[in-house]
Amino acid sequence: MDQVNKDQYLIEKNGKQYEVVIGLEVHAQVLSDSKLFSSSATKFGSEPNTQVSLVDAAFPGMLPVINEFCVKQAVKTGIGLNAKINKKSIFDRKNYFYADLPQGYQISQYKDPIVGEGSVVLDLPSGPKTIGIERLHLEQDAGKSIHDIDPSSTLVDLNRSGVALMEIVSKPDLRSPEEVNLYIKKLRSIMRYLGTCDGNMQEGSLRADVNVSVRKVGSDKFGTRCEIKNVNSIKFMQMAIEYEANRQVELIEEGGSIDQETRLFDTKKNQTRSMRSKEDAHDYRYFPDPDLLPLEFDDKFIETIKKEIPELPDQKKIRFIEKFKLSPYEATILVSDLETSKFFEKVIEKSDVKLSANWITGELFALLNEKNLEISQSPISSENLSKLINLISDGTISGKIAKTIFEIMSKEDKDPSIIVEEKGLKQESDPKALETLIQKVLSSNEDKVKQYKSGKDKLFGFFVGQVMKESKGKGNPQLINKILKEKLNG
Amino acid sequence: MIICLKIIYHMSIDLKTVKHISKLSRISIEDEKAKKLEKDLNSIFKWIEQLNQLNTDKVKPLTSIAETTLRLRKDQVISKNIRDDILKNSPKDNKDYFVVPKVVE
Amino acid sequence: MTDVIDLTLNELANKIKSKEISSTEVTSAYVDRSKSSKKLNTYVEETFEQAIKVAKKFDSKPDFEKKLPGIPLAVKDLFCTHNVRTTASSKILKNFIPSYESTVTQNLWDAGAILLGKLNCDEFAMGSSNETSYFGNVISPIDNNLVPGGSSGGSASALAAKLTPATIGTDTGGSIRQPASFTGTVGLKPTYGSCSRYGIVAFASSLDQAGPMTKNVKDCALLLEVMSSFDQKDSTSIDFKRPNYSLELNNNIKGKKIGIPKEYRVDGMPTEIEKLWEKGKEFLKECGAEIVDISLPHTNYALPTYYIVAPAEASSNLARYDGVKYGFRAEGENLIDMYEKTRSQGFGDEVKRRIMIGTYVLSSGYYDAYYLKAQKVRMLIKNDFDEAFNKVDAILTPSTPSSAFKIGDKTDDPVSMYLNDIFTVPVNLAGLPGISIPAGLDKNKYPLGLQIIGKPFDEQGILNIAYSMEEKINFKLNINDWWIK
Repeated sequence: MDQVNKDQYLIEKNGKQYEVVIGLEVHAQVLSDSKLFSSSATKFGSEPNTQVSLVDAAFPGMLPVINEFCVKQAVKTGIGLNAKINKKSIFDRKNYFYADLPQGYQISQYKDPIVGEGSVVLDLPSGPKTIGIERLHLEQDAGKSIHDIDPSSTLVDLNRSGVALMEIVSKPDLRSPEEVNLYIKKLRSIMRYLGTCDGNMQEGSLRADVNVSVRKVGSDKFGTRCEIKNVNSIKFMQMAIEYEANRQVELIEEGGSIDQETRLFDTKKNQTRSMRSKEDAHDYRYFPDPDLLPLEFDDKFIETIKKEIPELPDQKKIRFIEKFKLSPYEATILVSDLETSKFFEKVIEKSDVKLSANWITGELFALLNEKNLEISQSPISSENLSKLINLISDGTISGKIAKTIFEIMSKEDKDPSIIVEEKGLKQESDPKALETLIQKVLSSNEDKVKQYKSGKDKLFGFFVGQVMKESKGKGNPQLINKILKEKLNG
Repeated sequence: MIICLKIIYHMSIDLKTVKHISKLSRISIEDEKAKKLEKDLNSIFKWIEQLNQLNTDKVKPLTSIAETTLRLRKDQVISKNIRDDILKNSPKDNKDYFVVPKVVE
Repeated sequence: MTDVIDLTLNELANKIKSKEISSTEVTSAYVDRSKSSKKLNTYVEETFEQAIKVAKKFDSKPDFEKKLPGIPLAVKDLFCTHNVRTTASSKILKNFIPSYESTVTQNLWDAGAILLGKLNCDEFAMGSSNETSYFGNVISPIDNNLVPGGSSGGSASALAAKLTPATIGTDTGGSIRQPASFTGTVGLKPTYGSCSRYGIVAFASSLDQAGPMTKNVKDCALLLEVMSSFDQKDSTSIDFKRPNYSLELNNNIKGKKIGIPKEYRVDGMPTEIEKLWEKGKEFLKECGAEIVDISLPHTNYALPTYYIVAPAEASSNLARYDGVKYGFRAEGENLIDMYEKTRSQGFGDEVKRRIMIGTYVLSSGYYDAYYLKAQKVRMLIKNDFDEAFNKVDAILTPSTPSSAFKIGDKTDDPVSMYLNDIFTVPVNLAGLPGISIPAGLDKNKYPLGLQIIGKPFDEQGILNIAYSMEEKINFKLNINDWWIK
């Protein structure tokens, strides 16, 4: 029998354990100014149907002409996914009728995609896990059907129609909702580093179709899968998988069988349900688009793009660990998002690396979390955080005071040295002044001094605390310790 | 001399198939016409299937007749807002959207 | 003095340039004749008033540098024309007014031509007799119960009846050459990629090409020169050096090798056609060309291949006519019902039949047996031509296996209708240029044509051969204006 890992995500029913097998088809909007086959803009949130060309609305006689930059973006992403780049690929038509699909077909790539097999490494608590990438292909996005403006009709906005998408298909290598979470985040991180997709899930720049099947632990055969269409947040993906996996296990345990079908995740009920409207549209009648020729490029084209590839998260992580002696944990967190890594690298230009890592992953992340902000929206600039860290390093303020100042900075992004000045928070490091304070504390606690001297060592902390209190928290703790020890032991 | 005869079986199209294709094509067809179509399609396909006489196992399919590669366009926004032009031919009047019967997903 | 309407395109251009006649005179003459020729049913949209206005404007500030200075032209209604209704002769587009212009027609206007109106054709160019048009069949000026051929039937009829000095059509499987052959006119299908497909209502994208239809070969060269251009808006448009076809036109074909494919001798072909073909060979020899017997072994498979490839592409190209964005819509209970009713009522029977064929051959389980098979046979057909062109400079064939037939003769039997394109279809499948020139008359005095097929981009070559043959053949089309009286 197979060894069952304790961390594994399993579903138990009637004493039997089931494993969940998940594959994702991620649709990532290519960052580009104009659409894949037309010259209209791709900007999000414009007035309806204002970014629609004659090509996008499929007027008679209109023809597609491909955007070079989108091709480069796909190749770049392929390189970022350690994937095989296909120097010849073919655009096919995927035929189906829908209100927001003006051509009656989607131009996509079927048999010959631009990018072949690759991989992505996930940092699991138990160690790294490689997820296989099956392929990446370029395709057109559809428009948007709006059902809730007009009570009697559906309205169609074609602004998104024709925007370039990369469909990134994973192998069925994912085994839990958490792995899906990490996979999406890793993919998004890589694409943000590359500048090929902004990964903005609220705006729909990143969506996924989730393929879920279950099988008994130990089985090497895949179960029948269901495809959950168009899920647009990681949370919903996880909920959908959880619901769907349990549904399938229950069905099997009741003696039923799974139908291979397309399902929809209902975000109000947190359930998946069968999408009957798509039932008879399964026969997509793919064939090579006769309006387009095969897409071909040479090694030079790929080499030029390779030169533009920046340091990616995995490489950056290794560098952070080796060069800055960060822990793998810290490094993983700091590289996971391009903006975070940029922020970190900015701070450490002038500040201590270890302290910077601590402050960013500790205080700053807590603050951002609390306010639900991205690091790019951080209320504290990298310059000011760097200054704050330097004030700690040079002994101007204590770590404790620094937290107070950080609190102030979070409301008003100000140079911390000014705050120190204004609020008189500078650390007291004058031994004479501290000695006076210490003397005062010792004099007013003579009984405790006696107890200490008779062996009650634990009281040392009490004295430190009292001195700190006298100094209004500004006393240099190292110095206080030193002088106190001299006084009490001497 | 032995003559090898390759026997070609004609894949006949029945009424059910005609209905299925009409569904896929989104063209409704009354029963009367479906029967006529069944007849027409069968005679057309019977004729088309003479292609089966040819052995094409080693032939590459011709996917594009224009002997050139795909030209790439610069990533420039040229098409401006032409909403009025886009919507003016639409069968249902609406100045912002295309309008279709209510879709329930 | 010759009547204005009897002048060729070249003669008109010269007479306007030399100020012998004005654009307004020419335009008015064609407008008047077109108005009295409604019986032929050639026009689906008339822009006569606008044409005269533009002609007057031209005359007030003439530009004689233009190749088609102030010359009125009616065009097939498959070309989208800015602010002028464009229907593809279909109910589904009966109210469609484009806000854009096709590249080919734009080239005509840029050269000084003036739009006279839009000409009837088979619905979405699917047909060989112009009997599938939503606007009714077109009548050939040759005889009152005769089809003009198709799909550019309105164009051929209007040209032969002298309702336009020249015209343009589109050719997917013979739609220019077959009607030209039926009406005693000249029609050329250029090499795939020569004329832009931008703004032309698509039938089968890998086969469609626009081309000129004219009174003689010289006009054909001039009109092709204006139409053909490299176009960034069409990914299949090819950037090659386009000659000045009309300037380089000559009748020196000495030493040219002309292939005669044995497979084009089909069963049941009228002896008149056989004879004309023989006569064609003789003329070529007299001009100093050499006749070479060749073989195009897969010729017989071209039509069935075509009837897989073209409907497959069409089924997808015509998916956009769904009642959502433009054109006809039938109300339905829901979206699918609306689609099904719109497309059922909006398309005619032949179009529906081809959409169904195309849908079937692409559908799951049949793709390999039909579509992939056809793409492979298409390769064999192309290879046949490649091989032949290693030996010869051009190929001479009949344009059609018969002369024009009577209206209604073939409408009940799709396959017999399809067989009409047997000699023209292989040329489209291989993407080659082909020209049909009138070669004589059959026993009913119906015109017959010969086709010259050239190497890719050798339009000049076939024009020159056609030009030399034209001199020898000396064909005269005598039409007695029966429909006007």
